Amino acid sequence: MTVMFLVLPIALLVSAAAVFAFLWSARSGQLDDLDTPPLRVLKDEVRSPTNEER
Amino acid sequence: MIAALANLLLSPPASGVTSSLESGCAHCGAKLPAGPLRDDEGHAFCCAGCATVFAAIQTAGLGAFYDGRDALRDGAVPARPSGRRFAELDAPELARGFEAHEDGTLSAELALEGVHCAACVWLVERLPLVLRGVQDARLDFARSLVTVRFDPSLTKLSAVGSALDRWGYTPHAADSVGVTEKTDRALLMRLGVAGAVAGNVMLMALALYSGAGRGADADYATYFRYGSLILSLPSLLYSAQVFFRGAWASIRARVPSMDLPIAIGISAGFSSGAFNTLVGRGEIYFDTITTLIFLLLVGRWLGQKQKLRAASAADFAQALAPATARLVEGEERHEVRAATVEVGALLEVLPGERIPVDGRIERGASLLDTRLLTGESTPVEVKPGDRVYAGTENAGTAFLLLAERVGRGTRVAELVRSMEAAQRERAPIVRTADRLSAAFVVAVLLLAFATVVIWWSVDPALAVDHAVALLVVTCPCALGMATPLAVSVALARAARRGLLVKNGETLEALARPAHLVFDKSGTLTVGRPELIDWQGTPELGRRVSAAERGGDHPLARAFCRAFAGPSLELQNVNRMPGAGVRAKVDGHEISIGTPELMRASGVDIAPSIEERVRGHAAAGSTPVLVAEDGVVAGVAAFGDALRPDAAATLRELEKLSSSITVLSGDHPLVVERVCKDLPVREARGAVSPEEKLAAVRARIARGEPVIMIGDGVNDAAAMSAATVGFAVHGGAEASLLAASVFATAPGVKPVLEAIRGARATLHAIQRGLAFSLIYNAVGVALAMTGQLSPLVAAVMMPLSSLTVLTSALRSRAFVAPPPLEDKSS
Repeated sequence: MTVMFLVLPIALLVSAAAVFAFLWSARSGQLDDLDTPPLRVLKDEVRSPTNEER
Repeated sequence: MIAALANLLLSPPASGVTSSLESGCAHCGAKLPAGPLRDDEGHAFCCAGCATVFAAIQTAGLGAFYDGRDALRDGAVPARPSGRRFAELDAPELARGFEAHEDGTLSAELALEGVHCAACVWLVERLPLVLRGVQDARLDFARSLVTVRFDPSLTKLSAVGSALDRWGYTPHAADSVGVTEKTDRALLMRLGVAGAVAGNVMLMALALYSGAGRGADADYATYFRYGSLILSLPSLLYSAQVFFRGAWASIRARVPSMDLPIAIGISAGFSSGAFNTLVGRGEIYFDTITTLIFLLLVGRWLGQKQKLRAASAADFAQALAPATARLVEGEERHEVRAATVEVGALLEVLPGERIPVDGRIERGASLLDTRLLTGESTPVEVKPGDRVYAGTENAGTAFLLLAERVGRGTRVAELVRSMEAAQRERAPIVRTADRLSAAFVVAVLLLAFATVVIWWSVDPALAVDHAVALLVVTCPCALGMATPLAVSVALARAARRGLLVKNGETLEALARPAHLVFDKSGTLTVGRPELIDWQGTPELGRRVSAAERGGDHPLARAFCRAFAGPSLELQNVNRMPGAGVRAKVDGHEISIGTPELMRASGVDIAPSIEERVRGHAAAGSTPVLVAEDGVVAGVAAFGDALRPDAAATLRELEKLSSSITVLSGDHPLVVERVCKDLPVREARGAVSPEEKLAAVRARIARGEPVIMIGDGVNDAAAMSAATVGFAVHGGAEASLLAASVFATAPGVKPVLEAIRGARATLHAIQRGLAFSLIYNAVGVALAMTGQLSPLVAAVMMPLSSLTVLTSALRSRAFVAPPPLEDKSS
């Protein structure tokens, strides 16, 4: 059971990494709009001559 | 440029459109009128607006918009491209708010009207394909906010604006409608940390509860206790800050708030837990405390999300369109912002436009719709030299106007100022939960004190332990969540039903029996003249309607609405402004006009008809005579007609409120006629905006809550002074600013729906509060008798929150019955 003294800090470090990943994504605005991105993938791109023009 | 691009693009086959040919408008899906507009390919449209937008989208090669679009919901809204140039979007003070990028491009935000499905996201984000200089367009669907990145050397924001307008999405500068408020990322971050901490502390608590560290393994117990303490610190110091700050503010402002008992419970539990960890004995409450913080933050976050969504609804934006004016310089017309117009400037006002400034008519005669400013339902005729006011609408023909008073000097600005003053003076609404919290704090502290006193004689250490247990278990988790949960559920459902409620406080105020004050024009009535009485054959009516078709007089249009039918053969149409129309329809000589016109043209008017005409005039409606082949064959009366659902709705509302009053700026005779069959206690006409405000204030001063329902600038001040201001669909900008509830559906039905929904919500709140108080009472009893173990506390707390959550979600607020179809619009 002494392994607990080692395993617990490691587990906490892993979850700390997850928390920091969450904080980063929240801070950079990725979680601001949760409604539009799922709608965005529903339609295919149109190919248009104007793309080549530019 | 756009035209050149459009020519390069081939219109794709418009599949998916053909199926909608039969069912509705090819653009918006709305029901088609009897003789729908058709384009060259046979697509049918409900109106010219939709046809224009359809053509614009097809020529841009983006016809795929119509493929696999969401099944159009019942709320199909016809497109109304305004054709404006959106000069106001190029204003230099607006440009300061743009985000500048390194490559010289700018990012600007625009609030859009008319965004309703996934296809809209797709279409709006194709903007770079049709407009050179636009690099990127990103639409935030929930907030109807598009972020456009453009190169200022190639295009201007006004060009972006008119391109979006051509597709039927009318844009507004985002900061002018107050939607730039960002979601609070900080709160989400606090929530994330609190959740992670709560989960991990719970795991260690599980080990402790299940017996780890008993007896020989005491080292483990110490280890887990210290581990929980350290792990709880971020939650307490970072996440829970919200509550400590709120508690401190509530102490300083001496306003009760739920944050205070929360802060007391958290700090008592944590400090005693920390102390017990250091001395190595007694209970720690870290698991309960961290879970508590997490759940409370969830409630708070949900509440805030709803608030943002309600505040950002683009329907608000629609009404807050900045006024523009058309400046006349020689032969040229320039669109400028109304605020920049100077006294003495010559302006042109086209039919259907709002007058931007106060002034005098220089050239041209027309009809003015002054409903929003004065409440009068009948359009007023104006001629050169007449004074006209900003905010009134040109219902006739184009005229030229000399600006006399502009900006803050106008009558409408004056009314808006009195509205703002009334808003500042209004007493805030106190939430049920907050009102409860003052008593709650006192009760809990007294009980804790009593516990200490009772147990002191037994064991001082035990006394403190039990008191702390009491403080922790009474920490109002469920109590703090009950209101935000019920409110956020209700606000979301209400918004889906076209009712935008500003906040939970408003919802609670709506639920209490109040005195209802209605405006008449546009609220109880349609707000435009309708045919309310017709003496004559339906066949004659159809002939009259044929003769009046194409006339832009409001009465002519009312005739056409009343008698729709196939067009008849029409000859020698002669329109006499201000008097009537003469035409040959199907071989019959028809003349329509005022009794004066009839007399002047030598038509005999029988005494019985004379009497009928006088009767109509006495009832406040406008009589019109119809002569067929030189003989008077029909008498029509026009007036402000009651909305079809108004009478039934008002009878329902009467049961829910203390009394109903109608205050209108319209002619007393009209008010009397409209209200004679309604269950109103008092109906007054010719009431000025100031008198409306005074009437509302008088009731408020007597302690009676007032709900003011209106749509015009003349109601705005009274609406802001009222407990709840309720703006109905189609209102003026100022009335929306004054309102705390806004209905996107026309009529008075939404008022009934809002009050019923608010009642149901209040019940849900009260049910939640009752549940959590029962839990607290049980907790107090256990704690005071020394029976409360930390395990019981840890189980009780989330259980009570779960009960409250279920109760909030099961609330029937704003779900039944289905919306009534309003046939008046």
